[in-house]
Amino acid sequence: MTTQKLDHIRNFSIVAHIDHGKSTLADRLIQSTGTVAAREMKEQVLDSMDIERERGITIKAQTVRLIYNAKDGKQYFLNLIDTPGHVDFAYEVSRSLAACEGSLLVVDASQGVEAQTLANVYQALDNDHEIVPVLNKIDLPAAEPDRIKQQIEDVIGLDASDAVMISAKTGLGIEDVLEAIVHRLPPPEGDPDATLKAMLVDSWYDAYLGVMVLVRIIDGSLKKGQRIRMMRTGAVYDVDRVGVMTPKLLVKEELLPGEIGVFTASIKEVADTRVGDTITDDRKPCAQALPGFKPAQPVVFCGLFPVDAADFEDLRSAMGKLRLNDASFSFEMETSAALGFGFRCGFLGLLHLEIIQERLEREFDLDLIATAPSVVYEMSLTDGTEIELHNPADMPDVVKIEEIREPWIRATVMTPDEYLGAILKLCQDRRGIQVDLSYVGSRAMVVYDLPLNEVVFDFYDRLKSVSKGYASFDYHLTDYRAGDLVRMSILVNDEPVDALSVLVHRSQAERRGRAMCEKLKELIPRHMFKIPIQAAIGAKVIARETLSALRKDVTAKCYGGDATRKRKLLDKQKEGKKRMRQFGKVEIPQEAFIQALKMED
Amino acid sequence: MTQDPGFGIYIHWPFCAAKCPYCDFNSHVRHQAIDQERFARAFATELAHFASQTRGREVTSIFFGGGTPSLMKPQTVEAILGSVAKNWTLSDTVEISMEANPSSVEAERFRGYRAAGVNRVSLGVQALNDEELRFLGRLHDVDTALRAIEMARETFPRLSFDLIYARPGQSPEAWRAELERAIALAADHLSLYQLTIEHDTPFFKLHEAGKLVVPDPDAAADLYEVTLSTCEAHGMPAYEISNHAAPGAECQHNLVYWRYGDYVGVGPGAHGRLTGGNGKRATATELYPETWLQKVEAQGHGMIEDQVLTMEEQGDEYLIMGLRLAEGVDLARYERLSGRRLDPRRLADLVSHGMVERMDGTRVRATRDGFFVLDAVVADLAA
Ligand SMILES: Nc1nc2c(ncn2[C@@H]2O[C@H](COP(=O)(O)OP(=O)(O)OP(=O)(O)O)[C@@H](O)[C@H]2O)c(=O)[nH]1
Ligand code: SF4
Ligand SMILES: [Mg+2]
Repeated sequence: MTTQKLDHIRNFSIVAHIDHGKSTLADRLIQSTGTVAAREMKEQVLDSMDIERERGITIKAQTVRLIYNAKDGKQYFLNLIDTPGHVDFAYEVSRSLAACEGSLLVVDASQGVEAQTLANVYQALDNDHEIVPVLNKIDLPAAEPDRIKQQIEDVIGLDASDAVMISAKTGLGIEDVLEAIVHRLPPPEGDPDATLKAMLVDSWYDAYLGVMVLVRIIDGSLKKGQRIRMMRTGAVYDVDRVGVMTPKLLVKEELLPGEIGVFTASIKEVADTRVGDTITDDRKPCAQALPGFKPAQPVVFCGLFPVDAADFEDLRSAMGKLRLNDASFSFEMETSAALGFGFRCGFLGLLHLEIIQERLEREFDLDLIATAPSVVYEMSLTDGTEIELHNPADMPDVVKIEEIREPWIRATVMTPDEYLGAILKLCQDRRGIQVDLSYVGSRAMVVYDLPLNEVVFDFYDRLKSVSKGYASFDYHLTDYRAGDLVRMSILVNDEPVDALSVLVHRSQAERRGRAMCEKLKELIPRHMFKIPIQAAIGAKVIARETLSALRKDVTAKCYGGDATRKRKLLDKQKEGKKRMRQFGKVEIPQEAFIQALKMED
Repeated sequence: MTQDPGFGIYIHWPFCAAKCPYCDFNSHVRHQAIDQERFARAFATELAHFASQTRGREVTSIFFGGGTPSLMKPQTVEAILGSVAKNWTLSDTVEISMEANPSSVEAERFRGYRAAGVNRVSLGVQALNDEELRFLGRLHDVDTALRAIEMARETFPRLSFDLIYARPGQSPEAWRAELERAIALAADHLSLYQLTIEHDTPFFKLHEAGKLVVPDPDAAADLYEVTLSTCEAHGMPAYEISNHAAPGAECQHNLVYWRYGDYVGVGPGAHGRLTGGNGKRATATELYPETWLQKVEAQGHGMIEDQVLTMEEQGDEYLIMGLRLAEGVDLARYERLSGRRLDPRRLADLVSHGMVERMDGTRVRATRDGFFVLDAVVADLAA
């Protein structure tokens, strides 16, 4: 049995900072290889979810197989994976990279290297990828390809002299990209005669076909009827069908080494498919499993509860299906006095949280309440036990706590230098510790250590606003550090609302408390009585606002001809009320729990 | 004390001499003469259509609304009332009201309406101040309004008029003075409306553009307080959110709506509620006058909507309408209509906040405080 070079195949990911044009480049590659019929083509065709199309961002990595007849007269099978750019979906990128040998690094020629560009390059290098730099958007008047090439060399240390210059929008240079893929990226290697060894890259739920599993074949082949085993979970299944994505499923006889394709196998148990697992032949298992992926590490937690308690089981099954689709989110059951049964869920960031919540509501028709998000704290108790705190409401009595530690991150911010002052102030206000500050031309790169809980809720929004959108940001978790953290509870109409309690640094408590009270005053609609909103640490109130009572809310004229119209208005009001949750006598809108944590500064 | 809500006939006259800038009613301006005989025939046809579905009911009230019904010829009114009488029996105490604009009042015509059977008139006075009448786009001035009131009082047994308050910059003091003057004009009934900015009106556009500033909810509440207390002090308490009358002088026709009784609605853009075997039907007719005419002539009626309301919808409508009345709603009737009970916890909360009160266990009503925020009260109870 010998490993061979599979010269007719190229596997590559498209990586870039958010909005630099990955999905648009994928469109052009799909189009110029005739993969999708012209009449079925649309912009960012791989962004197939409604929520991706509405927001104009990629959330989930997508694979598509292209057939390219190269200038050397040979035919190549190209497996393209379009990846998301937003930092919250970095886990999608890391899995995609593991399935490929090379990457196209797209850089917007008018913007240059951004924080996520760097982060992606490092990840690609970790995966031993060959990297082809692609300068996109050269059609823009503001494009400065030469300067950006220089920047790529200076900042990333990558040879950019052969960077491919393109406009994904106009289609300029696409042929050169295809030639570069074939000639500059290495082919995969594998042994066709060996027993099956495949990497489980991704899985998702298709309404017609059930659970679909994306695999990269390392050795051997995968065929219909074959009995396979997932090595880590031990699950055994008979394969129903195999195929490749074009991007529709194209059923094939078999998948061979080096190929990236999908199979279905009447998989019922969501837990059976774990990304990173090794799939082998049940009768003739391979000797050694692949190393697998580092599990995603959720950094923000919040409770998700059905608005209508009767929807709990539906929520459970929806979470299962979504988790299959998105291995980076986690959930476990939780109960709350005020909200009933629900789940404590972990996410990679606030955007991730919002997207998952929105997908649960839209794709599964559920109404949900999300409690105030929190990061994970570590605590040493006086009796010697160590605990992890995912929910501020569960914080033990302060006298039992020896020490609280909070997660810290290392953040890299890249910005035009005119915004540097405002950004340094922002980082400083958020308890940041400056690690490094360097310049590339007129762009500054600042590295800060920051407590995650100062960053996760609104730092990105604030950064965008103080830099007019020009600064970019990337971060990774570094360590846990002891901090003077206290639990701040929020009292609405004199009753504590657990779902709003948060841990804050003592030095920030007053500012955060004031900001939360002000925000809640805007978010909670006026009631028929006045509502005090207070932030407190223990029994001590540190901030207070009063939402005054509704004084006039009555339709002036209502006669026989108005009954229908009024009834329809009432229906809308009733719908709105369904999206509120009652705490004591106060109705709090569902979105308040997350919005309350976003500070305007 | 569940009253029989009665059975009313609403007749919509869809034309006005000019369109007021705040108005979102189904009213149209025509520059050619209107063929009133043709309209009268169409009204007769549509009345007959509804009569066939409401056999045996006794009519307790008839209401000519608009638009500006006082632009109708007395003969037209007479013909329509004749059609009503042909199709139904009229109660001995039938109330026949008509809306009239001071600018279109002529003594001759008033006498004609009276002779045709109209026994109550409701005048669209709107303000007792020339400048504000101009702002409201009205075609009359205060003198004309006063003459119209005088004439109406001489001609009809019962008189009501409308005023609009919460006009830009209106102070509580100014409103109280104006209102006292209005009360002294000896109508037995007043409809006092807060100016509201309705979609698709010239005022809406001005408001959007920031060129028309109306009192905020706090200021509006102060003005409403003036309205309630001034009328109370003069023996004309609010029997409904915006309607005030000396006891016994309430508008019987409008009470049919608020007591959630049955009514037939004829004419362009008229709505009806009719109880049948499987619950209440909601009907609505074509809005556009000429299209309505054609529909009626072709098919015998101008209905474009006719649906049986669900129990939930009936319960909601009963609350929406009934809680506007000082007498409130009957709990047992609510349960019959909606098939459910009012949530005792929500009810108790509203009672504890002083917004609602229970009366002798069988009825609930909005309190005086509750009147100010009735829409929120209804939303709470209906949720
Ligand atoms: N002018 C110009 N605009 C481009 C070009 N390529 C992409 N765009 C535009 O840039 C925006 C972002 O493009 P996408 O392809 O969605 O970017 P992306 O990198 O996939 O974004 P994420 O998946 O959210 O990270 C869109 O509005 C595109 O139309 C180009 O070559 N020229
Ligand atoms: S007179 Fe009455 S119906 Fe006619 S436009 Fe003015 S407010 Fe509207
Ligand atoms: Mg994209």
